[in-house]
Amino acid sequence: MEPVLINHVREPNSFTLDFYVRHDGYGALKKALTQTPDSIIDLVKASGLRGRGGAGFPTGMKWQFVDKKIDPRYIACNADESEPGTFKDHLLMERNPHLLIEGCAIGCYAIGAKVAYIYIRGEFFHVQRVLEGAIEEAYKAGYLGKNVLGSGFDCDVYVHRGAGAYEAGEETALLESLEGKRAQPRNKPPFPAVVGLYGKPTAVNNVETLCNIPVIVNRGVEWYTSVGPEKNGGPKLYCVSGHVRRPGVYEASMNVTLRELIEGFAGGVREGRTLKAVIPGGSSVPILMPDQLDTQASFDAIQKAGSLLGSAAIVVLDDTTCMVWLAENLLHFYRHESCGKCTPCREGTDWLYKILSKIERGEGQMRDLDLLSSISTNIGGKTLCAFGDAAVTPVLTTLKHFRQEYEAHIREGRCTLPAPWRAAHRVGAHA
Amino acid sequence: MSFHPKMAYDATFHKSARHLEEEGPAFAYTPENRARFDEIVGRYPPDRRRSAVLPALYLVQAQQGYVTANGIRHVAELLGITKADVEDVVSYYTMFYTRPVGTFVLSVCRTLSCALNGAERVTAAICDRLKIVPGQTDSSGTFTLIEVECLGACDRAPVIMVNDAWQESQDAESVGRLLDDLKARGEAALTGCHHVVERNGN
Repeated sequence: MEPVLINHVREPNSFTLDFYVRHDGYGALKKALTQTPDSIIDLVKASGLRGRGGAGFPTGMKWQFVDKKIDPRYIACNADESEPGTFKDHLLMERNPHLLIEGCAIGCYAIGAKVAYIYIRGEFFHVQRVLEGAIEEAYKAGYLGKNVLGSGFDCDVYVHRGAGAYEAGEETALLESLEGKRAQPRNKPPFPAVVGLYGKPTAVNNVETLCNIPVIVNRGVEWYTSVGPEKNGGPKLYCVSGHVRRPGVYEASMNVTLRELIEGFAGGVREGRTLKAVIPGGSSVPILMPDQLDTQASFDAIQKAGSLLGSAAIVVLDDTTCMVWLAENLLHFYRHESCGKCTPCREGTDWLYKILSKIERGEGQMRDLDLLSSISTNIGGKTLCAFGDAAVTPVLTTLKHFRQEYEAHIREGRCTLPAPWRAAHRVGAHA
Repeated sequence: MSFHPKMAYDATFHKSARHLEEEGPAFAYTPENRARFDEIVGRYPPDRRRSAVLPALYLVQAQQGYVTANGIRHVAELLGITKADVEDVVSYYTMFYTRPVGTFVLSVCRTLSCALNGAERVTAAICDRLKIVPGQTDSSGTFTLIEVECLGACDRAPVIMVNDAWQESQDAESVGRLLDDLKARGEAALTGCHHVVERNGN
C-alpha cells in the first residue's frame, strides 16, 4: 500500500503548517466539525481502528465508553514511547506533528473534551520543541483555541513533558504522572474512560492511533477497512531494529509478513549472518522463530503464532546473539523501570536479573532454571498493571526456546556465545 | 529496601528507594523562570496546580544545574503542596539530578537494540578516556557519564544523549572524537537527531 501517515516525512519542511495545509491538512477537522460528535465515534467504530500503543483495543469503543454525563472530559495522548525497540511516534511527531494535532482536535470534538494533553517522554526534548512550534502555528491559524474554525467548539492542546519513566506509558500511570505524582498504575476498573484524569472521563490514546483519525475521516470507512485483513484494517507503522541492514520505520498494511518487513523493507539480516529469532512487538512479547517468518504482521495473526504485535517494534536477532545475555539485558531494563508499587514486580525483577546475571557470568546452577520459572510465574498476573507480565516474558520465552543455551552456560561455567568484543574484554553484559 | 535477607538491593539506583536531597544554597526562580512557571501552571485547572510539578522541577534544574532541597521547597510553596510530595516525584523520575553534574551529561542507551549494536563498547570507550565509571563526573567537571534505558532511537543505534540532544549511530571511535569536539566547541559540536539534520536542510 501507499504510505499515508509518513508519506511526506522525508521532504523538507514537512513539519510546518504551510506544508501540511498544502497537502490537504486540516481538511478532516473541517469535515468532522460539520458532523455530530456521535457520528464521528460511529465512524471510528465502523473503521475498526485498533489502538496502536500495544494492546490493540478498538479506539471507537474506548471513545464510546467515555462517560458523556460528566464534565469536563479529557484526551490524554500517550507519547511516552518507551517500549524497547519502538520509535514510530517519534517520527510522526517530529516530521508530521500537525497530523497528531488534527487527530487530537477531532478526538476532543468526538468525546466532548476541551483539552488534550500530549504526554511526551522527557528524552524527546527536540521533538517537544517541534510539536510546540506546530501547536503554536495551529492556534494562530484558528485550528485550535476558542471557537475552532467558527464552529463554536473550543479546543486546547498542551504538551506535558515526562521525566524518565517507562511506567508512565501505562495509561493509568500516565494519568498519575500528569496529575503531578509518581508514575504508578491505578487499580482497574474503573477505567480511565469513566474515572480518568482528575477523576474525570478521559480517553487515553497513542500518538499513532490519533494520527489515524484524520485518515479515517478523510478517506472513509470503506477505504480504511479495505487496507489490511479483516479486523486489522488501516495503515500500520513498523519499527525494525537490531541486526538488520536498514533499520527504520516502515509503513505497510497489516497484510505484510514479518519476512517482507525484515528481508524486504529492512534489507535482511546483516552481512554474513543468519536469523536466530525475532521479537515482533517490543521487548515485552514472546520471541518468534525463523520458521514463523511468514506470519502476517497483524494483531490477530501474530497472536495466533504465539506472540503479540504490541507496539510493532520488530527486533531482529542474528546467530551471534546469546539468549541468556538478551534476557539479562532486558531484565536489567525491567528491574530499573519497575515502579515499585507491587511487591512481586519490584522484588521479583531484581531477583530475576541477579540470577540471569549469575548464569551469564558462568556461576549458575541447574536449579536456578527452575527458580527462574517459579519467580516468573509468581510475578505474571499478580500485579496491578501489565508490567509484571511484560517483565517475565523475556525470561520465559528464552527458557522455552533456548533452554539448551542456559544449560550450556551452566555446564561450561561461561557464556558459550559471547560477542567477539565481549569475549575479548571479559566484562559482564553491563560492565 | 529489599525485604529478602539474602537478596539485598545493591548500591544501584532503584525507583522505590527514597533519599534526602542536599540542602543546597537558597533558591528562588529568576523573574524569567517565574514568568515561565506561571504560564505553565495556567495549562492545568486552577485546583490542579500540582500537575505542573515536573515542568516546575525542570525549571529548577535548568536554573541551578540540579535539584536541591531548597529547590524542592520553592516548588512546593508555589504549587501549594508539601515538600514530601515534591520529593516523592524527584526521587522517582530519572531525569532529575540530585547532585551536581558536569557541563555535559552523557547518557548512553544500554537497552537491547543499542546493546546489540555495541553500546557497551561506547560506554567502555568513554570510561577509558575520561577515567571514570558510569555515574561519575570526570576530574575536570566537564563530563558526567550515565547509562540509561531505551531512548527510542533504535534505528540509529547505539545512541547517546548529550544533555537534551541526541547523538546517533555512535561507536568507540566516533565517541572519542565527539568528546574532543565537545571540549573544543561546546554544544555546537552536536549534530542532534537525524530528523533535526533533515529539518535544517543539510
